[in-house]
Amino acid sequence: MINGNHFYGVDRQPTAIVSTVASDSHTWNLVFLQLLLEEHGYSVANLGACVPDDLLLKECRELRPDVVVISSVNGHGHQDGRRVIRQLRDCPELAETPIVIGGKLGIAGGEGVTYDDDLRDAGFTEVFEDGAPSRVTFDQFLRSLPDRAGVAV
Amino acid sequence: MSPGHAPSRDGATNPQPIDFGEFVRRRGGRGALVVQPRMGFSDPARMRAGLLATRAAHATTVGTITLDSYTRVGELRAAGRALAEGVPLNGYPIVNHPPEVTRTLLDGVRDDDFPIQVRHGSAVPAHIFASLVALRLNATEGGPVSYCLPYGRTPLAESVGNWRRGTELFVTLREQGVEPHLETFGGCMMGQLCPPSQLVAISALEALFFHQHGVRSLSVSYAQQTSFDQDVEAVLALRRLCAELLPTPNWHVVVYAYMGMYPVTGMGAYRLLERAAELAVMTGAERLIVKTEAEARRIPTIAENVAALEWAGAVRSDVRLAAGIDSETYAEAAALVHAVLNLDADVGRALLAAFRHGILDVPYCLHPDNMGRTRSYLDTDGWLRWAATGSMPLPGAPGRRRPRVLTSAGLLNDLSFVRRSYDGVPAAPTKASA
Repeated sequence: MINGNHFYGVDRQPTAIVSTVASDSHTWNLVFLQLLLEEHGYSVANLGACVPDDLLLKECRELRPDVVVISSVNGHGHQDGRRVIRQLRDCPELAETPIVIGGKLGIAGGEGVTYDDDLRDAGFTEVFEDGAPSRVTFDQFLRSLPDRAGVAV
Repeated sequence: MSPGHAPSRDGATNPQPIDFGEFVRRRGGRGALVVQPRMGFSDPARMRAGLLATRAAHATTVGTITLDSYTRVGELRAAGRALAEGVPLNGYPIVNHPPEVTRTLLDGVRDDDFPIQVRHGSAVPAHIFASLVALRLNATEGGPVSYCLPYGRTPLAESVGNWRRGTELFVTLREQGVEPHLETFGGCMMGQLCPPSQLVAISALEALFFHQHGVRSLSVSYAQQTSFDQDVEAVLALRRLCAELLPTPNWHVVVYAYMGMYPVTGMGAYRLLERAAELAVMTGAERLIVKTEAEARRIPTIAENVAALEWAGAVRSDVRLAAGIDSETYAEAAALVHAVLNLDADVGRALLAAFRHGILDVPYCLHPDNMGRTRSYLDTDGWLRWAATGSMPLPGAPGRRRPRVLTSAGLLNDLSFVRRSYDGVPAAPTKASA
């Protein structure tokens, strides 16, 4: 049940990477997402606070996760997220990987300015912005993912 | 050591500031409180106005200069660019502002009745300590563990080295006849959901680390958690451990008003602040860091800070609790502290070994140098308890340690418990989505 901070996935279980962006030091959001994904049957590699772009890139290429969930709440997520998704999508092995971003992505709290279209255009599969409507819920998104054989949702 | 010859108005010409610790111990404790805001503005005029308003508040106050997050992580060029473009920062960029600007800001503000503490949060603090020494700003806070593990990826070994060098630079103030004061942030790890015994242990260990590197005026922090009774036990345990272990009489306790999800209603916010003040006065803590009614929504204004200072500063108590009592919190904290100190005579190396072996292990802390095998939970009586202790050498009472399947919904409920309790909102159902 308690994997520790150095746990990486076991075979036959779908894997997820939980991460934030380079400038963001918040982690309770990441702890919550790890638990949520574990409840959905995933083995989770949680990269923790202030993840530099190249570290996220390296972990994604090595682990080849079934889904990547990026969460940010410091208001810089739309800038950092746009930058890192281009680098992720530039890797052929990550071109089709479901990669989503969510949280407080700008400083306006979802009122007025939203980053949904912008970030999906940049390469994110879905965007879950606090205070703004999204196309699907996070649960619906997880249920829609392929290759989930044997995982009760 | 005594700065007693300083003129009462120390300004640009003869800054000989009073010892922050000596001031707080003289004015706080024995049922009275010194109160302090969190406050930082990038504009020197606004920063000065905030300090003057803090000083003029109807309470015994000390001033705060909180630094911005670019300065915290050492991105001085980014801070400089923001200043040049007139973009407000979330604190005072003390390294970028020329020393004359900061001296002018302090002139006529800082004096023997109003010492000032600089607050930052950096695991790479060398440039900050250098500025403090140049400005004779002789009170700050932090720690090699508490400013590293919760907030970033700086390796713990680097943070310990950085803090050792920074502390050793800071204490050169004494050569100028100025007493440097350092406060541990270890009693505030993660803000919430860390069982108090480990907060107490880390706070005491960081104080020993500072003392080992030459600091003789210390304070130890503890952040209000989820249960008043457990918090009382924790502050008394902290007092007892410090009395037993710190080789200087010049130390005091600072209580932080709750650092987790704050109540959104004004009534809830003020009631929670009042409980923090009651905790401090009943346990003999000398100083309190306040929070405001705006906390849940945004950065508070100067006026909101003054209102919170006056509200908390007026709390008094005739109840005096003795620190000598045995408690589960004391037993656990003492076991952790002694297990760490037995690892190495050098406290910094002992802390590194402790985290490497899981002797200290902070629940929900994702830093790569934290083992991450402990878990805590909020019990039905509001106490924070261990669900899993990993490799920590905790004594006794395993009966209260229940392995618990923690769910995402349960975590949200635990994180929001204080807010809901003080706002009078019932819990959400905790049924997991599985």
